[in-house]
Amino acid sequence: MPSTSFTPPSTLRVFGALLRRDLHVTRRELPYFLVRTTLQPLLFIVVFGYLLPRMGFVGHGYGAALLPGVIAVSLTLSSVQSVALPMVQDFGFTREIEDRLLAPAPTRLIAFEKIFMGVLQGLIAAAVVLPMARLIMGPIDALTGAHAVPVLLVTILGAAAFSNLGLLMGTAINPQQIGLMFSVVVAPMIFFGCAYYPWQGLQAVPAMKYAVLVNPLVYVAEGMRGALTPALPHMSLPAVVGALVILTALFWTLGIRSFERRALS
Amino acid sequence: MPDTPDAIRTAALRKVYPAPGARRGAERRPDIVALVGLDLTVADGEFFGLLGPNGAGKTTTIGILTTRVKPTSGTASVAGADVVTNEVAVRQRIGVVPQRPNPDRSLNVRENLVFHAAYFGVARAVAARRAAALLDQLGIGDRGDAKVDQLSGGQQQRLMIARALIHEPRVIFLDEPTVGLDPQARHDLWDILRALHAQGRTIIMTTHYMEEADRLCERIAIMDHGRLLALDTPQQLKTRAPGGTLVELVLDGDATAAAARARELPGVSSAESLGLVLRVYAERGGELIPALIRTAGLEGRDVRDIHLSPPSLETLFISLTGRTLD
Repeated sequence: MPSTSFTPPSTLRVFGALLRRDLHVTRRELPYFLVRTTLQPLLFIVVFGYLLPRMGFVGHGYGAALLPGVIAVSLTLSSVQSVALPMVQDFGFTREIEDRLLAPAPTRLIAFEKIFMGVLQGLIAAAVVLPMARLIMGPIDALTGAHAVPVLLVTILGAAAFSNLGLLMGTAINPQQIGLMFSVVVAPMIFFGCAYYPWQGLQAVPAMKYAVLVNPLVYVAEGMRGALTPALPHMSLPAVVGALVILTALFWTLGIRSFERRALS
Repeated sequence: MPDTPDAIRTAALRKVYPAPGARRGAERRPDIVALVGLDLTVADGEFFGLLGPNGAGKTTTIGILTTRVKPTSGTASVAGADVVTNEVAVRQRIGVVPQRPNPDRSLNVRENLVFHAAYFGVARAVAARRAAALLDQLGIGDRGDAKVDQLSGGQQQRLMIARALIHEPRVIFLDEPTVGLDPQARHDLWDILRALHAQGRTIIMTTHYMEEADRLCERIAIMDHGRLLALDTPQQLKTRAPGGTLVELVLDGDATAAAARARELPGVSSAESLGLVLRVYAERGGELIPALIRTAGLEGRDVRDIHLSPPSLETLFISLTGRTLD
């Protein structure tokens, strides 16, 4: 006779089990994950933070503007990818997600757990790229480690906003078009995200300065500047935090609706 | 033993899918009514079959009962828990074997089972022990460390069965479990299902194979176009097949005149011609063959071939729906 365990495990316990599965898979794929998320920013740092200053094409002060932006790009890219790519795969031809959709927990817990993993991977990316960038670029006068709390806050909020964006992208976009999505949406987002130049600098092109405010990356990059190089011009931290909280809520609302539309018919 | 709730209970269950592309507003195609109003009760411990052609509403029914499809109206409960208001409790009570294997490809065979068990709160050591026992029982005990991509289709299907059982659910759903399996694997699966049923589990299986439903199921619901057409034991259903045996004679020319003559024969309930084929339903088919051959001869036709079908789910299905299953 089958056991009659009618009481489902607590939601927290199911969450823990889902998380252990993702940690298990992520740990095995850690080298690929690190290469995928850190190679591009590091190449950027080698060229723009090391070679060009030594060639005299950019001033030595550029490093201070570049470093927080590169951290922002690494953590947001790794967050958005770590949610969007599994979603595309799980909801794709193989429907692998069915295995987890049968878990005795609310359907949105599966999406929430993926967001949690996305934030974690954003944190890992930031923690890996920051010391490596500092190592390659050499000493940066304006850089301070005194504001650990704001750094952590901006990292977590930025990773949360982009993980939720990944949920939206991964569930709303046709799998065949995910590559196109990264070229058409993510690439312009990086280049117009104030990652490689401070927002203040856009005063040179005022129309641009306000147009880029729709770009979520701007707030992560500027928040990183405020936390890592507070002596240099940057957007105010409360504005950054407010914007990231609003974006996170917006992307979660749209993303979870899209997720549930894919998960249930 | 305390009162056990029915494994399945549905009332006026209806599902309408919006027409594809309707949101674009360009061309308004009619909505797709997948279930018209299903009333179904399956007792605890029953081996129950949903039989019907593609598009009958079987997969939609399973989808609603496994909480993956939201009903448009009506109610459904599994082991006493409502599928809409208490989906978490339903998921705790069921195991699902999907139409197409969908293992977690990032995990190996054993991990697929152990992690799935963890989602249901089964402790790791217990899950590992159950996984080993299930893999052995299903004949893939040596594949525990294999990647799922290295398994054959039949082995992946067994992995799906093991996954559906790892948390010891009361009710097991199998959606067309033998599609794509070779005959040997199909018979092996039948043995596995019989063994599970013998342990007291409720099994709900969809199929479009008559023989499979006939051999395995205690009761069969025949569905078509989202409606329940008949519901009974296989034996009872077969006796409801119209006019008994189906006799088909292939003639060497048009069968129209022979069919008209055959209708006059005693014991013939109906006769029709389909080109060269004379199709006759008769109470006692075999005894009628000499008379039918003589009848064809009177119209100047020779008989080239004879095919005899005893009363079966197939003949019942044809009479209920006007078409064959496949």
